[in-house]
Amino acid sequence: MGSALFFLTVYLIYPILNTAYISFLGNGSEEFTGLSNYWYVFTNADMLAALKNNLLWLLLFTSTTVSLGLVIAFLTDRVRYEAGAKALIFLPMAISFVAAGVIWRFMFEFRPAGVPQIGLLNAAMDSLPGLEPVAWLVNPRVNTFALIGVGIWVWTGFCMVILSAGLKSIPIGILEAARIDGASEWRIFRSIIVPMMGTTILVVATTMVIIVLKVFDIVYVMTNGNLGTEVIANRMYKEMFNYHHFGRASAIAIILLLAVIPAIVFNLRRFRAQEAMQ
Amino acid sequence: MAFVSTRDLNAVLTTRLAAGDPPEVSILPNPGFMHELADSRKLVPLHTVLDMNRIRRDYASSWLDLGTHHRKLYAIFYKATSKGTIWYSPKNFRAKGYSVPKTWEEMLALSDKIVSQGGTPWVIAAESGAATGWPLTDWIEIIVLNTSGPDIYDRWAAHEIPWTAPAIRRGFETLGRIVHTPKYVYGGPTGVLATNFINGAYVPYTSPPGAYMNYLGGFAQTFIKRHYPNFEPGEDYALFPFPTIEPEHAGGITGGADVIVLTKDTPGARSLIQYLSTAKAQEIWAKKGGFIASNKNVKLDVYPDVIARQMALQLTNATVFRFDGSDLMPAKVSDAFWKAALEYVNDPAKLDKILKSVEEVASDAYGKGKGG
Repeated sequence: MGSALFFLTVYLIYPILNTAYISFLGNGSEEFTGLSNYWYVFTNADMLAALKNNLLWLLLFTSTTVSLGLVIAFLTDRVRYEAGAKALIFLPMAISFVAAGVIWRFMFEFRPAGVPQIGLLNAAMDSLPGLEPVAWLVNPRVNTFALIGVGIWVWTGFCMVILSAGLKSIPIGILEAARIDGASEWRIFRSIIVPMMGTTILVVATTMVIIVLKVFDIVYVMTNGNLGTEVIANRMYKEMFNYHHFGRASAIAIILLLAVIPAIVFNLRRFRAQEAMQ
Repeated sequence: MAFVSTRDLNAVLTTRLAAGDPPEVSILPNPGFMHELADSRKLVPLHTVLDMNRIRRDYASSWLDLGTHHRKLYAIFYKATSKGTIWYSPKNFRAKGYSVPKTWEEMLALSDKIVSQGGTPWVIAAESGAATGWPLTDWIEIIVLNTSGPDIYDRWAAHEIPWTAPAIRRGFETLGRIVHTPKYVYGGPTGVLATNFINGAYVPYTSPPGAYMNYLGGFAQTFIKRHYPNFEPGEDYALFPFPTIEPEHAGGITGGADVIVLTKDTPGARSLIQYLSTAKAQEIWAKKGGFIASNKNVKLDVYPDVIARQMALQLTNATVFRFDGSDLMPAKVSDAFWKAALEYVNDPAKLDKILKSVEEVASDAYGKGKGG
């Protein structure tokens, strides 16, 4: 216990307190500047754009990964090739975000119309009549969605695995009784599976929230936040390593931490409740 | 000697300096970073290391000024690059009867002629990973230098005039004259934003040519040579100097160089930096190509081809040479400048708003006096 507390203090508590302290200091961490770093975070135009994008990520990424994961878990549950199908969906998890970003940069690669396309998506668009190649990472109407798509590609498999385990823990008798009573599969999914898996779904969703709030690698590798794709964590990186403004970077870090805390508390409570049941 | 290379120099060097474990010699991409480091006393001044009399014989005063912070020399410059270079294919020009333009007006007339014959005059490729946008700011910088002259340019780089000043606005709009004219640019504005700058350098040499001209720094030669190993320099590819826009400011070129600084004072590091500063050391690299020396006593005949010699002459003979402006600005401002150029290409109607937002970033960054 004592040594655990020691390591927790050195590696977690001290850095958090120190970051909080630095967030009230200026760019070189020399003079006290009050709340000015926090003021900057909530008024600067780039930061506001990043906050808006993080909200979009939060809504779209979380809802899509969880619902897709659930649907895939359900659809593959009773098919012969279940293991193979799930392995394919889970595979991107084995790839780092940076590698995924690099791979998807090739997928999104754009060449002007009339020049042979080398990106898969634009090659497909090119082969269909009436469609023009799209600059996925440049066009401000689609670029954030393209990045969120990459995130979804990576994390859906994780949601699927956890949700699939939850699905399998539903007693088979309940499902069979429903089927004997003549319930359709859709009805079973809606009225039995989703409510019975409520807790699991919430835990997976909060885990996704924690992950999405920290989203960095994909944006850094693929667009570096240009043309309206900025996110908070990339902003933090820039303030820290490009602009050497430790105060602002720390303020952003503290705000990210505060945003993640409710999700962590929720997950811990659920975890404890489950432990207590067993 | 152990050499560590990184694509993320800011992060690596910042961390190592903060941890008290600096490398002995560091090679920085710009003097802006050098000023920041010298200001926080992370650099060893070179007057105690180098024979300053020899240095003054070997280097033009413009190079020494660039390496000086508060009257002390902190850096020598390596691998100088001219950014007054427009790349083209003399073969393609000859096939169509085009001649090299000397003025901005001639260049626009040539562009119109190329369009009327069904060709695309320009390729402008701005994509460069985390540094996307610099090829556009290079354009704007040389335009500002050639329209408003070196004094305005220096005041702009030091933020003594605001970003909303007419000279800067004109820089953006002059680039816009090319980027936003239909059929002028490979892929239009979207092509500018989405094309990688290295891939863009190949576009003038495809068959049929994807474009006829590409404004990109002298380092483009390295890409062209690697991609087309059988090309004859001066025949299959060549460069012409950036054209005159305002006659009174003709011939100004921008450029860059790697900045070599001493981050830890050891005998080994001292002798390395002494050696690197000599003409003899720089001739070795110049001979291999892809390298223009800053040391003026490097002999012209060591350069391997006509293009390299042309660039070396351009750098030593330039009436006005200025370091890449965005490299002189605090990192935060040059970042905002890259971004502004991208946003302007994407939507020229927003120019006022874009310039205002760079001005905000700049007032904030320079106001603190500590570069970001």
